[in-house]
Amino acid sequence: MRMELIQPFINSADAVLAQGLESPISIENLSMEEEAYRRKGIAAEVCLTGEIEGRIIFDVDRATAVQIASRLAGVEVSETDDDLVREAVCELANQIIGNAVTTLNDQGFHFHVRPPIMHTSEQGSKGSEDTEAMVMCFNASGGNVFMNVALRYHLQPTSERSAVAG
Amino acid sequence: MDKFAPVKRSEDGQPVRYLIVDDSVFARKNLARMVETFGGQVIGEAGDGISAISEYERLIPDIVLMDITMPQMEGIEAAEKIVRDHPSARIVMVSSVGYQENIVAALQRGARHFVQKPVKPEVLYEVIKYVMRDDGTTVRTAGAGA
Repeated sequence: MRMELIQPFINSADAVLAQGLESPISIENLSMEEEAYRRKGIAAEVCLTGEIEGRIIFDVDRATAVQIASRLAGVEVSETDDDLVREAVCELANQIIGNAVTTLNDQGFHFHVRPPIMHTSEQGSKGSEDTEAMVMCFNASGGNVFMNVALRYHLQPTSERSAVAG
Repeated sequence: MDKFAPVKRSEDGQPVRYLIVDDSVFARKNLARMVETFGGQVIGEAGDGISAISEYERLIPDIVLMDITMPQMEGIEAAEKIVRDHPSARIVMVSSVGYQENIVAALQRGARHFVQKPVKPEVLYEVIKYVMRDDGTTVRTAGAGA
């Protein structure tokens, strides 16, 4: 997968998590996913359509998700408050992916973002020849946050098409 | 959270009344908490564009904080429909998707301003003051400041 597609997601996760959690974030691992994605904890999925198509799964282990929800809500969130914890993960996914999408759009890739939905199945689709999947693991609030990005070019970015067209 | 000088309606000194529109309950709660620190009052919430239009008609708020990416009807379309019937409506788009085309489309269809998520309270506060301008007043209280 081209780095120009991945870098905005790394930058956005770093910025949004650091701001939301008010603590430094480190990227622990970055790897190509060859097998079907296995959910680690509470996960939200965002689909993209347009010149770039695919999906991003944002996945947080349960204990970290509760900590994140508490930080973002500004009040202690109970581990049993499933709805609020899920909502917090969805909203964080929305912010991280939305910020990355903003950068990509401003670079000339035009596509549409669908609202986040909970990803409840144990497995996600695996990468294929035309849809490569990359998994990023960040360390935040003492736990792990995973982002599985599976995207493919549907069309060249508008800027490249314009350049070719002259 | 920072202490902000309350923004009141200049016509009657009452709190600015907000309608918050976002498909995320979590995001609505956070925005509500934020505007309450500005001295505002949340009079309604909606989770999609269609509900936003009916809630606007019912409540006639001073300001609408409107997400863009929502199910059923997106925020830009809802803003356009509200402004078409209520040209004085003050709508501030609040979204994580802040690319130039989106911002321009929102402003062309009647939104007054755009704030990118994650929302910084001090940024939203300045936008609220700007959007209220002649219709709002900042009440200085001891120890208050932005």
